[in-house]
Parts: sequence; C-alpha cells; structure tokens
Amino acid sequence: MSKQVIEGHQLPSFWERNRRSHGYLLRREARSKAYKFFRFLLLFAICFLILHPILDKLSVSLMEERDLYDSSITAIPRHVTLDNYRITSEQIYYPKALLNTLWISVLVAVLQVAACTLVGYGFGRFEFPLKKLWFAAVILIIIVPPQTISTSLYLRFRYFDIFGIVKLFNKGEALNLRGSSIPYYLMSITCMGLKNGLYIFMLRQFFASVPQSLEEAAYVDGCSVFRTFWQVILPEAVPVIVSCLLFAFVWQWTDTFYARLFLGGNTLLSMQVSGIADRIGNYFSTQLGIQTSLGRRQQFVSTATLMVVAPLLLVYLFAQKSFVESISTSGMKM
Amino acid sequence: MSGARARGRHLNVRTHRAIYGYLFILPFIVGFLAFLVWPLFHSLWMSFCQVDIDAAGFHPNFIGIANYSKAFTVDPEFNKLMSDEIFRIVTHTIAILVISLMIAIILNQEFKGRAFVRAIFFLPVILSSGVLVGLETNNSLMQSIQSAIQDNASFQLSDSVMNILRLSGLGTGILDVVGQVISEVQDIVMASGLQIIVFLTGLQGIPGSLYEAADMEGCTRWESFWKITFPLISPLLIVNIIYSVIDFFMKTDNEVMTKINETMVINMDYGFASAMAWIYFAVVIVIIGIASLIVSKGVVGSYE
Repeated sequence: MSKQVIEGHQLPSFWERNRRSHGYLLRREARSKAYKFFRFLLLFAICFLILHPILDKLSVSLMEERDLYDSSITAIPRHVTLDNYRITSEQIYYPKALLNTLWISVLVAVLQVAACTLVGYGFGRFEFPLKKLWFAAVILIIIVPPQTISTSLYLRFRYFDIFGIVKLFNKGEALNLRGSSIPYYLMSITCMGLKNGLYIFMLRQFFASVPQSLEEAAYVDGCSVFRTFWQVILPEAVPVIVSCLLFAFVWQWTDTFYARLFLGGNTLLSMQVSGIADRIGNYFSTQLGIQTSLGRRQQFVSTATLMVVAPLLLVYLFAQKSFVESISTSGMKM
Repeated sequence: MSGARARGRHLNVRTHRAIYGYLFILPFIVGFLAFLVWPLFHSLWMSFCQVDIDAAGFHPNFIGIANYSKAFTVDPEFNKLMSDEIFRIVTHTIAILVISLMIAIILNQEFKGRAFVRAIFFLPVILSSGVLVGLETNNSLMQSIQSAIQDNASFQLSDSVMNILRLSGLGTGILDVVGQVISEVQDIVMASGLQIIVFLTGLQGIPGSLYEAADMEGCTRWESFWKITFPLISPLLIVNIIYSVIDFFMKTDNEVMTKINETMVINMDYGFASAMAWIYFAVVIVIIGIASLIVSKGVVGSYE
C-alpha cells in the first residue's frame, strides 16, 4: 500500500480509494493476497514432497542404531555418527565404484552427444531425400521401449558373431561380449544409447534456429562444410551441447538397465546399490555375528543411495541453469 | 545456355548438400539399422519362437502364437500387471499434464524465490532414472522393509488421530486414502519435472499483449486461459504425452518390465520375454496414437 506519487499529486489513502470504489479495491487486494498465500502453500507442499525422500534418507543415514528404535526421534538424530557411511563405503567399494562410474558416464556421455550433435546438425541444416522418413526414425527410437529390443541385443552380444567369421577362429564358439563394454560404446557412437533420440531432437531444434547467414558467410569465405560446422556453428551450440552432455551424464550415472545388460563386468555405483541390503546382512552376520533388523538394513540402503546421488546433486548445484535452459532454447516443439 | 548452366550448378549444390546431409546423419542410420531395426525384427521373430540355447549359440524354433496366448491365457499375472500398468500410464499421464501445466503457469508469474522453486521441481529429472525413487520398490525384501517401517511409524503417530476419526464416524480408512493420495501426488510431481519446463517455455513464448487485449475486452482469467493459453501451448501437449509415456519404460517400479527382465535373465525364456515386450510396445503405440489423434483433431482442430 505504498503511496504512489503521480505528477506531484499524492494519491489518496488506501481506505479513501477503497471507499470511492465501493469496496472493490479491498476485495481485489484480499483476493490477490489469498491467492498468493495459497500459491505459497502449494509450492511449499510440493517442494517438501520432492525433497522429503532426500532429507529423510539424510537424517536416517546419520543415526546410530539405537536412534532407529527410539520413537521420540522422527527427523533429527540424537546420536550422530558417520559409521554408516564408513561401512557402506567399504561394502560397495565406494572409491573404486565412484571412479568407474565417473569414467564410464563421462565417456558414454561424450560419445553419445558427439554422435547426436553430428546427426542433429544433419537434420537441422541439410535438405536430403527421405529426410522426413529418417526423422520419423528418430521419433521411433524415442518411443520403442528398450526392453523390446533387449532380448535380441542380449543374445546377439552373448553369442557375438559376424557372418560366422568369429566362430571360424574361436573353435566353433561364438564370442561372449556380454561382460565387455564394447557393444555399449558401439551403440553410443551410433546414437542408440539411453534417451539419445531426445538429444538428437533437442540439438536439431537448436541447429535449425541458427541464422542461415552465419553459414553462408563462411561458405563465401571458402570454408568447407566440415570446417564451417567445426569453427562457425559448433561454438554457437556450446550451451546446448553442454546441457545434453549433462543429461547424458546424470542419466547414465543412475541407469541400471543398460548397466545390467552390457556393463556387468564393471563395478558401477548404481549396480552396487541394488544388492546392498543383502550384502550388509551378510557382513554383519559373518563378521560380527549380529543379525541385522530390517530397519537397520534400510538405513544402509538409504546411506548408499545418498552416496550415489551426492555427486549428481553437486553437479546440479553448479550447473542447474544449464540443465533447464537447454530445453528452453531448443523449444522442444514437434 | 547460361540459364541451363545455372540450373545445372544449382542441382549440383543440392546433391552436394544432400550428400553432406547423409554424411552427418550416417552414425544414426548405422545405429538405427544395426541396433534398432534389426533387433526389433529379430525380437518380433523370437516372440513367435521357442528359443533354445547352447554353447554354440541360440536356435529359435517357430511355434506360432504360443507365446502370446501364453501371456494372455496361461500366465497367471501378466494380464493383471499389464492392465494395471495401462491404467497407471493413462491416469498418470493425464495427471502429469494437468499438474505440470498448472505449476508452469504458477512459475510463469513473478514472485520471490521463483528460480529456487524451479530448480527444486527439476531435481527429480536429474535423479529420476531409478536409484533414488525406485530402489524402495525394487525388490520384495525392500517392500517388506518398507511396509514394516510404515506400519510401525503410522501406528504411533496416528493413534490419537484415529480415535478422533472413529469418534466422528469416518473410520480409519480415510487415513489410508489420504496417505495413498499423497504418495500418488508425490509420484506424479516427481515425474513432471521436464514437462513443467516444456510448458514453461511455451508459456514464455506467448506475447503478453494478447492477455492485455483480452483483459480490455473483458475476458476473465479463466476465459483467457481457455482462449489464449491453452490453444497456444497445445502443440506441446504431444511432446509431453510422449515424454511421460516413455518415461514409464525405465521406471524401476514398472512391474511389467520387471517381469520381462526376470523372464529373460533368470528363466532364459527369450521367446516369452520378447512376446511380452512386444505386447507392451503395441500398447504404448496405441496409447500415443490415440493421444495424438485426440490432441490434433480435438484440441488443436477446434481452434482452427
């Protein structure tokens, strides 16, 4: 209700204006206040719902065992300990798994996004026969559930062979590529990894929106197509590419589907967490001779989950804008 | 003469560009044929087969539609899991669209802490693909742990509340309903991070002058939502529907997918697993197809 000054005249007081408008001003003001209040309430409730699982895990992971059974403790632990982290770290080989996951996630993200950038540029900037058909194919790779092709891929890589050549040299037996990561790298550089259709889509949207004149100027100066792409267009696309990289990185980090299918030979965080409850049970019964309660095991699952997502939260904290803005700039329209 | 030459060069440039276009999308074409089309047809073929496995490789033997009839008539749980899943996909997708549009509209308004709230709403996208959200429902052990903990906790907390409810004649069932609703809402909010941003982008693209004009003409907010906002962002509905539906593939609490994976990895029954995966795929295509039809004919069409 700050008094505004218009051309040197002071506005009459709020109540005066309210009287003149026959109570309309007060009603409007009240309605807007009430709306703001409910908006705050709604946003707060939803934020709470989203953050609750994380906060809950954080509080549980810091508790000593006796705090778990104390019904007077709901959120804030009374006896804070980092033992859970230490034990979990040992059990899931945290340092090793962390490095492995980091390495594979970075590598896979770079391979996937590099391939998708090329493809997105092709779709966004060039006219060629059957372009619509190929773009429909991009939509198809988005909507085919990976599970539908996983049976075939699984068998294909389990008994890997190219026209019988491998069998010839390997005593009549096909090569087992299931434990190796090579098939997945192959799929990554050919845009068939996790949610790659989405990256192609986003990058195509972006490249299609770059002004034509940029390229034309480069062509007039005698740049080849590839050099134009590399030196003129790519620098423009850095923000979108970075955000695709971030998506590829975080989604690869938490992925268990492809990890189970292809990356079984590596110690990965997402895979380690899946078996943590049983491993903790074993550890306590064989090493210390103690039976662990369900709640105690759940506590370790929470701890492990937090340890897996902590690096992602860190990345998100610093690169939050990048994640969101890519979707905004690329528009995501069909 | 010169015109013909110019046309010749023009064609040349076009073929030149076309060749480069194909060069750029070559990785995709290779991947698409090798890792999608081929496995897709292979798994379709396997779904009609009994797949035997030995050291030398795998041998599909054609058995007709036995796998499909097994899924629909013999298997005790597939029908139920599938219909539950379809129900969940449809209801959740609709709920996600409504909630994400609502939140996007709120986030499009000016208020303090908007960037912070937006960041939190987007957080589940970063953590989504499974570990954090899905682990609890991942296996039966976890489920029993969860229910054990929940039983204990809710009993202590809600004893007095239950008394009040009992006295007022409502019964304690209402508490379960409330709990269920909250967890459903949580599921839906967790799944709508990307959709919110997509809608928000669409909303920010609508010029404010449209609303001002509508306001001048005496439109209420409700009317200008249906006359301006909704038609202009309805092209984004399809994007969000597709994204919401495909998001279900990778959810770890998707029981159909869990069953498919188990059939494949533990029972090694590749034919049956393929058949179930194909049924799921067909259902997804039908859902997306119907949704696109409704949006393009019903929603977008009615404003043209």
